[in-house]
Amino acid sequence: MINSLFLINPSGEIFLEKHWKSVVSRSVCDYFLEAKEKALEPEDVPPVIHTPHHYLISIYRDKLFFLSVIQTEVPPLFVIEFLHRVAEMIQDYFGECSETVVKDHMVMVYELLEEMLDNGFPLATESNVLKEMIRPPTILRSVVNTLTGTSNVGDTLLTGQLSTIPWRRAGVRYTNNEAYFDVVEEIDAILDQSGRSSTDLSTGTTVQRSWKSDPEVKGQASGVCVCVCVVCKLCYDWLTGTTVFAEIQGVVEACVKLSGMPDLTLSFMNPRLLDDVSFHPCVRYKLWESERVLSFIPPDGNFTLMTYHVNAQNLVAIPVYVKQSISFFECGSDGRLDVTVGPKQTMGKTVEGVMVTVHLPKTILSINLTATQGSYTYDNGTKLLVWDIGKLNPQKLPNLRGSLSLQAGAPKPEENPSLNIDLKIQQLAISGLKVNRLDMFGEKYKPFKGVKYITKAGKFQVRT
Amino acid sequence: MNGHRGFSVLRSEAAGAVRTALVSAENLQLTLKTELSQEEQHLTPHTHTNGGPDETHTKGYCTEVNEDLKEMLESNKESLKLEAMKRVVGLIAKGKNASELFPAVVKNVASKNIELKKLVYVYLVRYAEEQQDLALLSISTFQRALKDPNQLIRASALRVLSSIRVPIIVPIMMLAIKEAASDMSPYVRKTSAHAIQKLYSLDQDQKELLIEVIEKLLKDKSTLVAGSVVMAFEEVCPDRIDLIHKNYRKLCNLLVDVEEWGQVVIISMLTRYARTQFTSPWKEDGVFDEHNERAFYESDEEKTRDETEAKPYMMDPDHRLLLRNTKPLLQSRNTAVVMSVAQLYWHLAPKNEVSIVTKSLVRLLRSHREVQYIVLQNIATMSIQRKGMFEPYMKSFYVRSTDATHIKSLKLEILTSLANEANISTILREFQTYVKSQDKQFAAGTIQAIGRCATNISEVTDTCLNGLVLLLSNRDETVVAESVVVIRKLLQIQPTQHSDIIKHMAKLFDNITVPMARASILWLMGEYCERVPKIAPDVLRKMAKSFTSEEDIVKLQTVNLAAKLYLTNSKQTKLLTQYILNLGKYDQNYDIRDRTRFIRQLIVPNDKNGALSKYAHRILLAPKPAPVLESAYKDRDRYQLGTLSHTINTKASGYLELSDWPAVAPDQSVRNVEVIEPVKEWAPSLGKTVKSKPAKSSDDKFYSDSGEEEEKGSGSSSSEDGSSSSSSEESGSDAESHVQKNSSQTSEESDKSSSQSEKSSSESDSEKKERKTKTPLQKKTVKPTAKDCDSDENGNVAKEANSSSAEESSSDSESDSDTHTDSDSGTEHKKKTKSKAKPKVEVKSTKDVSLLDLVTPAPVTQHKSSVLSPSLLGDLEGLSLSNVSSTIQLSGPAFVPEKSHDLLHRMTGKGLSAQYQFPRQPCLYQPTMVSVQISLTNTTDHPLEQIHIGDRSPTGLNIHCFNTIECLEPEASVTVFMGIDFNDSTQAANFQLCTKEDHFSVSIQPAIGELLLPITMTELDFRKEQGKLLGMNESSATITMAAENMTSQPISRPVATVANLGMVPSSQDNVHRFAGKTANSGAVVLVTVELRGESTALITINTEKSVMGSMLLRDLKLALAQA
Repeated sequence: MINSLFLINPSGEIFLEKHWKSVVSRSVCDYFLEAKEKALEPEDVPPVIHTPHHYLISIYRDKLFFLSVIQTEVPPLFVIEFLHRVAEMIQDYFGECSETVVKDHMVMVYELLEEMLDNGFPLATESNVLKEMIRPPTILRSVVNTLTGTSNVGDTLLTGQLSTIPWRRAGVRYTNNEAYFDVVEEIDAILDQSGRSSTDLSTGTTVQRSWKSDPEVKGQASGVCVCVCVVCKLCYDWLTGTTVFAEIQGVVEACVKLSGMPDLTLSFMNPRLLDDVSFHPCVRYKLWESERVLSFIPPDGNFTLMTYHVNAQNLVAIPVYVKQSISFFECGSDGRLDVTVGPKQTMGKTVEGVMVTVHLPKTILSINLTATQGSYTYDNGTKLLVWDIGKLNPQKLPNLRGSLSLQAGAPKPEENPSLNIDLKIQQLAISGLKVNRLDMFGEKYKPFKGVKYITKAGKFQVRT
Repeated sequence: MNGHRGFSVLRSEAAGAVRTALVSAENLQLTLKTELSQEEQHLTPHTHTNGGPDETHTKGYCTEVNEDLKEMLESNKESLKLEAMKRVVGLIAKGKNASELFPAVVKNVASKNIELKKLVYVYLVRYAEEQQDLALLSISTFQRALKDPNQLIRASALRVLSSIRVPIIVPIMMLAIKEAASDMSPYVRKTSAHAIQKLYSLDQDQKELLIEVIEKLLKDKSTLVAGSVVMAFEEVCPDRIDLIHKNYRKLCNLLVDVEEWGQVVIISMLTRYARTQFTSPWKEDGVFDEHNERAFYESDEEKTRDETEAKPYMMDPDHRLLLRNTKPLLQSRNTAVVMSVAQLYWHLAPKNEVSIVTKSLVRLLRSHREVQYIVLQNIATMSIQRKGMFEPYMKSFYVRSTDATHIKSLKLEILTSLANEANISTILREFQTYVKSQDKQFAAGTIQAIGRCATNISEVTDTCLNGLVLLLSNRDETVVAESVVVIRKLLQIQPTQHSDIIKHMAKLFDNITVPMARASILWLMGEYCERVPKIAPDVLRKMAKSFTSEEDIVKLQTVNLAAKLYLTNSKQTKLLTQYILNLGKYDQNYDIRDRTRFIRQLIVPNDKNGALSKYAHRILLAPKPAPVLESAYKDRDRYQLGTLSHTINTKASGYLELSDWPAVAPDQSVRNVEVIEPVKEWAPSLGKTVKSKPAKSSDDKFYSDSGEEEEKGSGSSSSEDGSSSSSSEESGSDAESHVQKNSSQTSEESDKSSSQSEKSSSESDSEKKERKTKTPLQKKTVKPTAKDCDSDENGNVAKEANSSSAEESSSDSESDSDTHTDSDSGTEHKKKTKSKAKPKVEVKSTKDVSLLDLVTPAPVTQHKSSVLSPSLLGDLEGLSLSNVSSTIQLSGPAFVPEKSHDLLHRMTGKGLSAQYQFPRQPCLYQPTMVSVQISLTNTTDHPLEQIHIGDRSPTGLNIHCFNTIECLEPEASVTVFMGIDFNDSTQAANFQLCTKEDHFSVSIQPAIGELLLPITMTELDFRKEQGKLLGMNESSATITMAAENMTSQPISRPVATVANLGMVPSSQDNVHRFAGKTANSGAVVLVTVELRGESTALITINTEKSVMGSMLLRDLKLALAQA
């Protein structure tokens, strides 16, 4: 199975290696580094590389490459999934997964890796089990450790107790028993600027109307722009783009700090909304099948209870619209950019944390923009424009406009860059999913329970 | 028994081998020590004289650091050592060489400090291979740790021992693995499964022995072990498919509860297995699965179809079982598990069922980029064969500008495969967006995709072609070039009416610089020169000018063009051609020189080869077949989906081929697991109770019926065969209905089976009436249990539970019966003979039939193994049961502690209170169980109804529940008995105690001493047994105790309190002996307490269960020290 693991930073330095079988020389990484050189972006490095004697499977995450060396046939997803677990484990233990953190806790990371695999086959990947064996560092403990010279290795080891439930350690005790659930939904969407009528919204009718551009917007290539509006039952609102694709993905994150062996049952008001689900291993699948309730003995601490996909038949409410025009003048080396963001279907909630990210064309030399709200940053190296808007005010729509200058002699960019939108709506699950109740069995105390809803933009893209 | 004895002999031999190994290791240590000291002498002057880095040493700095570390490691301070080890491990992690420190590090292997120990382990594993001799020093430490009572320590010792890749210790590893494979902790057994692979890679000669261990571990029922042992199986003996047969159903049923990594391995193994064992489910449905006209069959499964088919296809129930049990795993959070289920369905499921995996695969696309990459690759392969599967999800494959390059191209690939007449317009519109992308490579890929769509769907060929021609005026070169190439291919398919496009391209020729595109245009000119008679010579003229500065590929096409034009239009191009051929003749590239020479000989007529030039026209201007634009994923499905080989599209080493379906299914019965009577070794004496066991499931019933006849008729040896045949005759109709049930899971089935069970229970009633041994109490017990769970499942569950040990027990009971007749008292004889045939009767059930009903892989329980009342306990008192040998007999408990433990406090139990104690009686329900007495008291003011045992947590422990207490009046209390098979471990049994309204989780944790059953034997036998259990099987300790306690009575008292042991008469005053055997495995446990001098005593425990031994020793030490 997994023979060795190398951690490599973006500049190509191998800063940690771990072998579970015989030692593989680190020169094997050269094949990978070669591929990395070829790739434009670190993301473009192929995840599976075939070398004469080994197979290299790598992931790129948190600005680190996790490169594993394989010698025989193994499902690649098996390795990839494991590597992500390693990254998650580092994150879980040290708060973040970065080169500095790994270098600071080299020995502990190494020990963790030792525990996670035996002979290349996963042995303990549940964070609860790992934490039993190797204690995560805390400030208090590190102080105590330096004073007393004791260690992070779990002394509970001596009891030899292995919980009968692999994901939960035995003998959990809390003074405050609490269980919190966050329902986080993400909208994945591709919105289209041009007047194409390719749309998901089959129930909507398509109306064409002309719209006069804001007189303030000067220098715009076309004074009048024609757009297609979708009028649907949910809204009677003109839109600046059509939805090419939209869907809602959700996840229920849990933070459960309960003593003993609680047996929880979580039920939804409208479970029919959920089309496709995947569960943490603790969830009893049979009960979900028959009664559509989540019944489980929770792991201790933070974990992802379930992820779901909302039924595709449901309309997806798009919370914001984006009016934008990026134009370049045919003759001069000059262009204009004008972007306005406004709220659309927000279900009466405030849209927060709005952020617009644009990958500007490579030929842009410099930009000169003004934002009516928020601030923008521009990295001339990567040509990345980030406009951090913050809270969306329906009365005064935020606008970013200004001029772009191209490199002299460079041709006018053919295609306008697409915008990636980030946003957040508190206290709302955009699909309308609601948790009905949470019951606890198996323990006597009364836990404190809480549910929070958040809607975010997932892969939310506006094509221009 | 012989077997048992043989085993102990083996064991003692093994122990001997270990000792020799140890001795040799010690010798080594001695020799090494001298070397070490030499080395030290060598080193000390350095530090004194030099003080600085050793010049002669290549790694001067390194040495200095290492010297530093070495000093720290050799210091007495724990903290210094720890610090040093941390730095050493840090060095290893960074990939620096720290092998020089080996001698210093290895000394700390026996450290008490766990963290230090762990770090030393880490170091050892890394460097032992390089420093083999020194590594041997550590072996004895691990061997000691292998016997530690703490399962984690045992496991980690085995892990490290097996990770030390030193060939000399192979025999020691082998022993340790064998030992650990029968450890009571599943965690240790799991580690031993891992160790198998390590040993195998170290020494392939051990294969046969390792296969034996694998075989044993495959039978393990723990979900913890399953994944690891299958992994070992895959690595050591993937071809020994026969080992799987008997475990197939168990694996299928356990699958959901196995940890996720194990699931992946098991599923992929089962996929291979199924392809060799079942017939293809695709035979006839391949015709219509893509078309929905017969879709309504899907709901009825494939059986309805059979009416029309000449030779109906019947899916093997085991095949169905696998499909059904893997389906829930599609909901796993682990992407690898989802993928492996998807590939299983792809390779095994009837075609109309494959599409259930679609949704889950599409879900994985939300996951990490690397996951997307692999999943998309697999979808690409799937979508070529079965568009319908992914078409509804087409939009999920739309490309985002933020996708990585390889993801983009895969999505394009899939979109292209999904294109059909209906959706092509949507897809083309989407493609238009992509063509404009800033990522020009991607745009080029899109153009190729458009080309493929155009060839596949003839309706849009013209549209695509026009679109591509428009792209020719694109500013970007790659886009134009790619368009040219694709247009060339398209034109070749439809060459007739496109001279306009060719002309257009000729015009563009000057602006295009990409060699491949230029070459393509030149080729087009040449190929269709007759359609553009005026333009082609002009293009050739231009090429003649720029020939020398062109790329090779363009030059070659120029030569081709010249030759073709020469043949068709020699008047205008003769000179040009000759000029170009002359240029080509002296080109640097030999390919071009070759081509030129060849063309010249072919087209320019001269004397020598006039024969060939006659055919020049035909050779050069032959109609060429149009290129087929097809996916790169076309043939990928020759590799099993989801594998590495599939991803890299070549056979990875260690790839196991998926065989084709067999034409005729191999014998199905190999998977049948024989069902045995739960009452194993001492069954004979319990004959009465067994016989009166009410049958709750139908097949159970009629088998036991036939058993009665069998008993009278034939001898025990032939009873097995006879019983099964007689039973099938007897209940022919029943069997038929089973087969039907098997094939069609209709609603009828449940009716039928319930009626069957009714019938059977009535039968059993009548049967009981015939029997004189029946007690009124038993009759009562029938009801609640039958109510407890539905009859179908009942039967299955029990079978599952018993299945694994089927064979051995049947043979056991035979041999038992022999010995019993010799030894047993006359009074028991009658009962015994009556029941003797019993255990053999149950076998050969129509297991495959009933399996169909097993929807849930229910926790393995002894639910219906036998229902008998605890009142029978009385009958059993004083029975002496022989089991180990004629001289070793089970005896009554020497002492029954009164102490009872709280099971459920009345406050937590809402008024119901429960206490449990160990009555130290042999358990009636099953000999391997420990009986537990539970007193339930109702402290409320209202009656409590239906007190029973509910869910058991998945510990894998068998629990025999007490019968439901219908009603417990206020202030009343009742005592019930239950049996728990603790598997010789002190792991707590968790279960729920339920009333009508509530359920409470409770747990029973046994002391180690309660897992034993007392036996009596003579002193001679004791010594004989003790002689077999020396070495590793012996643990001892010296304790101090008060002087007044040094007599026999106070010693036997605490010993008996701690453990359920029998006294063995002793000839010496100061030596007290006790004997017992473990409830589950029947391993002998011998305790010797030898009083020495004033106040010390030596406790010695001999048992092959070394872990139990050391735990028992700890308890005894405690008890005796107090005394």
